Amino acid sequence: MTHPPTFADPEIAGLLRENKQRLLDDWSREVALCLRGSLEPEEIREDLAELLQAMIAAMDEGADETTTGELRALLEELSRRRARQDFRPSETATSVFAIKDVVRALLGPAPAYETLERFFGFSRFVDELALITYDSYVNAREQVIIDQAEQLLELSTPVVKLWEGVVAVPLVGTLDSARTQVVMEKMLQTLVETGSEYAVIDITGVSAVDTQVAQHLIKTVAAARLMGAECVISGIRPQIAHTIVTLGIEFSDIVTKASLADALAYALRRSGVEIVRLPEETQ
Amino acid sequence: MIAGRAPAVGEEVAIASNADVVRVRQVVRSAAIAARLSLVDQTKLVTAASELARNTLVHGGGGKAQVETLVQERRSGVRVAFSDQGPGIPDPETALTDGWTSGNGLGLGLGGARRLVDEFDLLTEVGKGTKVVVTKWAR
Repeated sequence: MTHPPTFADPEIAGLLRENKQRLLDDWSREVALCLRGSLEPEEIREDLAELLQAMIAAMDEGADETTTGELRALLEELSRRRARQDFRPSETATSVFAIKDVVRALLGPAPAYETLERFFGFSRFVDELALITYDSYVNAREQVIIDQAEQLLELSTPVVKLWEGVVAVPLVGTLDSARTQVVMEKMLQTLVETGSEYAVIDITGVSAVDTQVAQHLIKTVAAARLMGAECVISGIRPQIAHTIVTLGIEFSDIVTKASLADALAYALRRSGVEIVRLPEETQ
Repeated sequence: MIAGRAPAVGEEVAIASNADVVRVRQVVRSAAIAARLSLVDQTKLVTAASELARNTLVHGGGGKAQVETLVQERRSGVRVAFSDQGPGIPDPETALTDGWTSGNGLGLGLGGARRLVDEFDLLTEVGKGTKVVVTKWAR
């Protein structure tokens, strides 16, 4: 977070106040042009009137942290609202920039050097204001990304119970070290909590198995074995099988099945459960 | 290097963290799809890229991957070059041997990656860095 912009120039503030109506007319027109008529002129005018009022207050005599803070809050709110209305951050910033042209026009065709100096100061002030709208847009977006990443990590670690004594871990997407670790720890934990003897690791949703992923799988199977449970790896698709063989990874002492259904059937059979199809008349 | 090659579409990915290894995989996969590699070949190339990108990160201390799609008159393919300015590999032949590992991995990464692709070039100099260039052609 940057500090609230500070720019005190009562003279320019006075100029803006005297020409408020004309400024608002011109500014609204400019903004409406760059937003290509996708907002109602009244709405634009209302937004800008509020903003102009806050700008004048922040430049005027007696401006303090409260007035600049209000201006910042107003800009952040404007940015959020425009973002929700699907405007790009550059469009919001451009609406703020537009006041420069309008104020420059107020100064007449040949302003004195001193007036121009003042205008440059004002221009820098406007730049800072536009940057605030940009920053708050980026912050809002980053928050969305952080939220989604957290949701994904939660999504990615389910351990489900398939049957009494049989749990399954469906692995999906990209397995990096951190994720695999989380999933595997959770699986071992669930084995203990549910007293299960069979765990199925399903890798149907995994796009590639490299040596690191394979190593994690092998270690997990070994850890489960130490706990007295048996692991079955299922969902090995043809291209993955091909790749594993070419890489030279040995899965030889691990039970693998083509599908989750096969793995469940295997685990059930091993734990003494038999599945039989009922004769037709009893269905 | 190869005559009659149309201008290649290249993309460079910096490798500085585990997340970048994932990005390399994604970029390589899209390039493999664009070059019409079969599903098996896509997976092989992506897996090889994953191994090599991780080597770049873990042993080379980070570097970059350059992914390009090659289009020739009769075939298309994907070439990926991994380079780092790390310590280099003192004995490349040993490093390519299955089961030989400098860390605590399976020791199959480098040799396995070589088997997964059609062309494999390893250039390394101790103290200067390592460059591995792999190519996979669509059948």
